[in-house]
Amino acid sequence: MNRRTTAKTLLAAVVATAFSALTPAFAWEPTKTVEFIVPAGTGGGADQMARLTQSIIAKHNLMKQNMVVVNKGGGAGAEGFLDVKGAKGDPHKIIITLSNLFTTPMATGVPFNWKDLTPVRMLALDQFVLWVNKDNPATTAKDYVEAVKKAGPGKMKMGGTGSKQEDQIITVALEKQSGAKFTYIPYKGGGEVATQLVGKHVDSSVNNPIEAVAQWRAGNLKPLCVFDNERMPYKGKVAGQYSWNDIPTCKEAGVDTDYVMLRGIFMAGGVTPDQVKYYVDLFEKVRQTPEWKEFMERGAFNQTALTGKEYADWVAKAEKLHEGLMKEAGFMAKK
Amino acid sequence: MQEIQSLMGGFAVAMTWFNLALMLAGVTLGVLIGVLPGLGGANGVAILLPLTFTMSQQPGGATSAIILLSCIYWGALFGGAITSILFNIPGEPWSVATTFDGYPLAQKGQAGAALTSAFTSSFIGALVAVILITFISPIIARFALRFGPPEFFSVYLLTFSAFVGMSKGTPFKTIAAMMAGFALAAVGIDTVTGQLRLTFGFTELLKGFDFLIAVIGLFGIGEILLTIEEGLEFRGTKAKLNLRVVLDTWKELPKYWKTSIRSSAVGCMMGIVPGGATPASFMAYGLAKKMSRDGEEFGTGKIEGVVAPETAAHAAGTSALLPMLTLGVPGSPTAAVLLGGLLIWGLQPGPLLFVEKPDFVWGLIASMYLGNIVGLIVVLTCVPLFASILRIPFAIIAPVILVICAIGAYTVHNSIFDVWLMIVFGILGYVFKKLDYPMAPLVLALVLGDRAEDAFRQSMLGPEGSLTVFFANPLVGTITGAALFLLFWPLISRALAIVRGRNGRGG
Amino acid sequence: MDEKKPVASMRAAELVMAGLFVAFGALVMWDSRRLGASWAEDGPQAGYFPFYIGLFIVVSAVVIIFRALNLGEKGRVAFVERGQLKMVLLVMAPTVVYAALISNPWFSLGIYLSSAIFISFFMWHLGKYRWTRIAPVSLGVAVFFFVMFEVWFKLPLPKGPIEAALGFN
Repeated sequence: MNRRTTAKTLLAAVVATAFSALTPAFAWEPTKTVEFIVPAGTGGGADQMARLTQSIIAKHNLMKQNMVVVNKGGGAGAEGFLDVKGAKGDPHKIIITLSNLFTTPMATGVPFNWKDLTPVRMLALDQFVLWVNKDNPATTAKDYVEAVKKAGPGKMKMGGTGSKQEDQIITVALEKQSGAKFTYIPYKGGGEVATQLVGKHVDSSVNNPIEAVAQWRAGNLKPLCVFDNERMPYKGKVAGQYSWNDIPTCKEAGVDTDYVMLRGIFMAGGVTPDQVKYYVDLFEKVRQTPEWKEFMERGAFNQTALTGKEYADWVAKAEKLHEGLMKEAGFMAKK
Repeated sequence: MQEIQSLMGGFAVAMTWFNLALMLAGVTLGVLIGVLPGLGGANGVAILLPLTFTMSQQPGGATSAIILLSCIYWGALFGGAITSILFNIPGEPWSVATTFDGYPLAQKGQAGAALTSAFTSSFIGALVAVILITFISPIIARFALRFGPPEFFSVYLLTFSAFVGMSKGTPFKTIAAMMAGFALAAVGIDTVTGQLRLTFGFTELLKGFDFLIAVIGLFGIGEILLTIEEGLEFRGTKAKLNLRVVLDTWKELPKYWKTSIRSSAVGCMMGIVPGGATPASFMAYGLAKKMSRDGEEFGTGKIEGVVAPETAAHAAGTSALLPMLTLGVPGSPTAAVLLGGLLIWGLQPGPLLFVEKPDFVWGLIASMYLGNIVGLIVVLTCVPLFASILRIPFAIIAPVILVICAIGAYTVHNSIFDVWLMIVFGILGYVFKKLDYPMAPLVLALVLGDRAEDAFRQSMLGPEGSLTVFFANPLVGTITGAALFLLFWPLISRALAIVRGRNGRGG
Repeated sequence: MDEKKPVASMRAAELVMAGLFVAFGALVMWDSRRLGASWAEDGPQAGYFPFYIGLFIVVSAVVIIFRALNLGEKGRVAFVERGQLKMVLLVMAPTVVYAALISNPWFSLGIYLSSAIFISFFMWHLGKYRWTRIAPVSLGVAVFFFVMFEVWFKLPLPKGPIEAALGFN
């Protein structure tokens, strides 16, 4: 990486002085292009959110410097996390997380942990819904799980994204709760899973709302329950007469399982509180834009958005939870 | 003829001066992106996505936005062939197969003819795909739904079968090279179990070996090293530099109508399924070589060997937009970014998109016709310009090419390690060529290896997972059967020859 | 000096290359064993295919080695002549230096400055051009790529002190 030279520091000082005329002297601001790292490939949920953020920031002029989105999805996201871990003290790098923040180091043994990073804030929580094909006779989650049990262990296929990641964790949690046994089929992307379910190559999926909503509206898939402890709040009609709010929670439906996925922002370790505060505020401004709100509704996100210590506590708790689930499922990497 | 009416409506949407200007800008930018190896259509589209965000919020703006972005994609599809033909450096993954005959043609001084046939074939492939999308998209969408893991595996097997048996050297070198490709494809995370394979604790290996970096090194750098052995110049400098070459080549192209039809079919199938443009180009090249009368001479600079992969790649690249629009499944990395774009603009790809946003969909389809015509005109008028690049003295163009390769390798993953890897592959390419190791099987294995393995193992999961799934229904059975037939064709033909009492020439 | 003098024979080159293949195949097999290389109940394990891929590599490389040993006269043909190797090194050595200049732990020049230096060197050393010709080409290319990647595409490439001094970092 670049060595800081005197010239550079000097220049930064000059630039900072120039800007200080416009903004209060104490506030930190980026002095160069900010890299927004996505620890996943292009086109997925995290990528969409990052690019939307980038678009909103550009459109509303929320930042003086540019923001670029960089995909580093190698090794189930390890590539991106290791990059940020290695950029200690660099305030021009932020990363959006999926559950792979927890699952990847546990499943692969790649050395990183969220504590190597600085938590900035939560943007939202992503929901998971149990989906089946429209031709599936089951009308409730309970019916479906009973049918899976009756069919015998491994007879029914659950499609999901990736291996030993959120979709498979939910599948295992569902199995533990109900005693049913699925065969889990890992695919590379959420859209692919939804299509495979429409084509009846798998029997069910736990797609995020945004991944399967188009097929729901077209009448090809039906949602059975949402893996959260409250119903989704969106009451606008989505598919025919149904809204997201009409989908019962899995607890209501008789299969008490819940799981939500973090969509949060982290920075490298060793950054100053000023720098963290800048991004907390920046994303607050992003969250207030109509475009963001529209996106939240379209993807039926849980709009919990913690910051500061609450956020760090939430992440710590989530890590514990994942550790427990991964251990029980036997997904931990052999030491 | 509901479709014709809708399409006319689409043309009315797309044919504004503003949109035409966007097309021209998009195609030109796309060609530039396509020329640079490493920087692909996906990058180009992703980079401009934020720009279109504001655009998309005006009335009719979403259509303008997708016209701009999709035209970058068409441009990249056209542009990939340019460096493949001139310097043996594939600008895009799907133009690897174009190098096999395109580069020898350029060396013979026929760069103009090679470029013209590449561009024209691309156009024809795209045209067939767009016509398909216009008229029978619902049927196609249903066809794509029938593809589960066993079907995907059989398609990949078919691609391999169409391609193997085409190298000259000893079979052991072919096997060693191909298996090395498979091994490199396995590096990184395993989709089915989530385990890390062959990374040996190196961070740089986590992301696996990117096909493009291997190709830039093996083909591009390796070729420069071979060229320089003979002296400081590129061959083929006497390429004709006027537009007459376009017309002359056009006179020859109708001869290859069979190859065009076959390659369009291969391309459309691979785009819709979606299997991808790169496998499509390899499959079409392999089939053309096996079925053409001049098959034996493929690789020495046959126009037909340029027509086949280019037609298929462009047909696949274009038809890949269909599963994106109707199913929300991206058929290519670029389609994946476009898909993200649709969601950001507030559109929902899926079965209802055609019903709910006919203006947008038909505007896009109309722009596919127009964009490809604009693209063809742009690239054809530039043929003499491209061919003249070969006249630049070696001591100037060679370092510039090396710089372009280095930047290309870097941009794939933003990693300097990849630049080193490219240099290593370059040396390997040089040694391979001298020792007669075939490189095409290695590259194909690297492209398809992990996808084929994933599909195979996804098919095997579950209690009924056994090899019979590859014959479980007529669709998968037919594809697997065709693949096995092609695979064993050399043996079958030899056996037939013996039965007939003649001396089989072998395969 | 005899430029036609062989630096290595075909046989030697074949043996070295095949030896590398054996090593590579063995490495692949070894790591696959660690992952589990058998056919489990739910299909092949993560190391199943790689293991046999490695095995195939080793076996075919061994065959290649035996063939190389029995090449006879053909094996004595030059793999590369002194003159040829010189030319290849003339390109390869600057390229390696170029890659090192872009980014290294001590003094990274960034991709643009390194490219300009690389092109200049090439034109000066191999093409014997004058500086009046070299400067516009090398700087032109560097500036073109700079504008394209940093300004238009907003795609950050490695940068060095010059860019920093200009305020791009």
